[in-house]
Amino acid sequence: MSSPPVKPKRRLSLSSREAIWAYAFLLVPLAFFLFFRLWPALQSFRLSFFSWHVDPEMRNFVGLQYYREMWAEFVARGPIFQALRNMLFYFVLVVFGQVSLGLISALLLNSVTRFRSIFRAIYFAPYVTPAAAVAWVWGWMYSVNFGIFNKLLADWSDWVTGIGLPWLAIDPQPFLTSPTQALVAVSVVVIWQQLGFQVVIFLAGLQGIPKQFHEAAAIDGANGWHRFWKVTFPLLNPVLVFSLIISTIATLQLFDQVVNINFTDQGGPLGSTLTIALYMYQQAFEKFRIGYAAAVTVLLFAIIMLVTLVQLRLTQREVEY
Amino acid sequence: MKRVLLLLAVMVGFGMAAAQTTITYWQYDYATRVDAMNQLIAQFEAENPDIKVVHETFPYDGYPAQVAASIPAGQGPDVAQLFYGWLPTWQRAGYVVPLPEQYFDAAALDENFAPLVQAAKVDGTWYGLPTAVRSLALFYNLDKLREAGFDGPPATWDEFVEMATAMTVKQGNRFVEVGYGFAPTGQDHHLVREVLVRQFGGVPYNDDYSQVTYASEEGVEAFDFYTSWVTEHQFAVPEFVPGNNGYRDGFRVLENIAMIVDGSFAIGDVQRLAEFEWGVAELPTLDNGVKSNFGSFFMNALTPNATKDPAKLEAAAKFLQFVTSDDAMKLWLDVVGELPASRTLIADPELASDPVYGPFVRALDYAHATVFVDESGQRDVMVDAINAVVLQGQDPAAALESAAAAEQLLLDANR
Repeated sequence: MSSPPVKPKRRLSLSSREAIWAYAFLLVPLAFFLFFRLWPALQSFRLSFFSWHVDPEMRNFVGLQYYREMWAEFVARGPIFQALRNMLFYFVLVVFGQVSLGLISALLLNSVTRFRSIFRAIYFAPYVTPAAAVAWVWGWMYSVNFGIFNKLLADWSDWVTGIGLPWLAIDPQPFLTSPTQALVAVSVVVIWQQLGFQVVIFLAGLQGIPKQFHEAAAIDGANGWHRFWKVTFPLLNPVLVFSLIISTIATLQLFDQVVNINFTDQGGPLGSTLTIALYMYQQAFEKFRIGYAAAVTVLLFAIIMLVTLVQLRLTQREVEY
Repeated sequence: MKRVLLLLAVMVGFGMAAAQTTITYWQYDYATRVDAMNQLIAQFEAENPDIKVVHETFPYDGYPAQVAASIPAGQGPDVAQLFYGWLPTWQRAGYVVPLPEQYFDAAALDENFAPLVQAAKVDGTWYGLPTAVRSLALFYNLDKLREAGFDGPPATWDEFVEMATAMTVKQGNRFVEVGYGFAPTGQDHHLVREVLVRQFGGVPYNDDYSQVTYASEEGVEAFDFYTSWVTEHQFAVPEFVPGNNGYRDGFRVLENIAMIVDGSFAIGDVQRLAEFEWGVAELPTLDNGVKSNFGSFFMNALTPNATKDPAKLEAAAKFLQFVTSDDAMKLWLDVVGELPASRTLIADPELASDPVYGPFVRALDYAHATVFVDESGQRDVMVDAINAVVLQGQDPAAALESAAAAEQLLLDANR
């Protein structure tokens, strides 16, 4: 079929025009990302090589001095050593706690058909509660003399003593006022608060797994346990990877809960709950040592990047449906 | 005709607006302080129609961060309020500028302001001025003292220990009421350094505050005495009431803390909230009768923003003079309850004999204002030493020695 000769038009095809429009709209968030995210992030690299002063002309190049200071403080087991060690504990406790509890809760929720959305809302509520409010309530619950946890322990101890088993009694616990328990206590709060987010992510992942696989496996005689390990778990892998990485990054940037739960001795007692992000904040905004704080930011950036890359390497596999 | 007049009026209005200089004042958010400052600004603007003052406040905890970020960007305050302990940090990073000589006579300032206000200087140069000064005293719940069989506050630390012990109530192994509101992060770190160490015969620092000297025999004795309130006498409990200023809430609202050491800035809040008979006493002494106290202040300083043009600088300087004048101090005393910073006002016998303000005013005579180089860092050192003893069971002498070493490092690094 031959078409009549078309006069060459200068107009673009529909798809090109659509693409241009799409890019035009994408430019707005892109510009936002570049100017408000990437540019300041790059600035912090530069800042970390200069001593800080309000007047840019008074900022002196100090080379790697702040990095050397960080290293010296690390070797001397100063706050940065504490913060890094705490991060390791937070990472293990919070990420493992969040992901495993999130998965378990999502599996349970997935098997109920009634009131699922109500449950989902309940689980999600803590995630949208301000960290300051959460910290205040948990601070009271953890209170040594007035908190509900020690009240329960006291009641329990009274009861077991009453029935002649005093060796089962448990003393009141110091929780946030103990340098050895505080980090675990804060981790529990963080897990509780972030759990809802994980549950929603996992629920979405579970509902994305085609039903036929489970039906086929059931017909082949696989029990529930087998179906979970051989069908659900592998197919959930992309969600699991996402969830691991997101919770890892959030944990490495832990700040709000730690600041608010021990408001007058942030990161305490005795530095036992200090995080890198809080340490950076204190250096920048309490001591106005912005150059040094920038160097700490660069360190945090490097850690997050490294951990994320390792996680991606270890966990990401192709999933074929 | 009407139109012409209207146009004229608009033009005159614009002309006035153009001639008006606007300056921005920042302080942290605290109801009575904001109220007092608003009243002062209204008076100032009435006296100076060509100057407009924009008053902005921020929550206390985020306040330094706002300052840190805005001034380098050329935004934010021309005149800012800061704790005197922050001055070295702010000055090193260029957030405040020296008081301009053409508006402030250094010799007159030395003459007019209470001696502890000298801490508003760095290397002999004035960097700002306070409206009010503060000192520490013992707040007590008189109802509880009477219930326990005492008719007044303790004069000596021995009496203090006896009364606090008598007012402590336990149920099983949990505390219901305590005799003293233990607050290392509140005012207690000052109490140890500037009060107890000196009363026990030691000195916390050398004269120019370049050397830490509190880890002496006397210092250890003082530190041991303070921590024994938790470890031995058990009338004080760390974090007894959770939250920011828990010790003060326990005293004034929950009424489960019988005595606290707090600053004069707490007077207004206690007056407003306490529904029991309470009083204020000078801090107890040992049998040797040596008195000591910690004096401090928030100061107003000019930032680099104020130096951008001469009109602004003049307006900012005028405003700073106004809010630190005797009249402003009187208003501040009435509204906020903080003590005036001028030598003559503070010497007023009526103020010194006031049942509430009196103990604070008298304490100013023997108060020391620690010369900090890194206030938050130095605070943390003492707080950690206290916590090492009361939470970890460390030996007080060892804890104080490592605190002194750590604080010396801070002093050396920042000089």
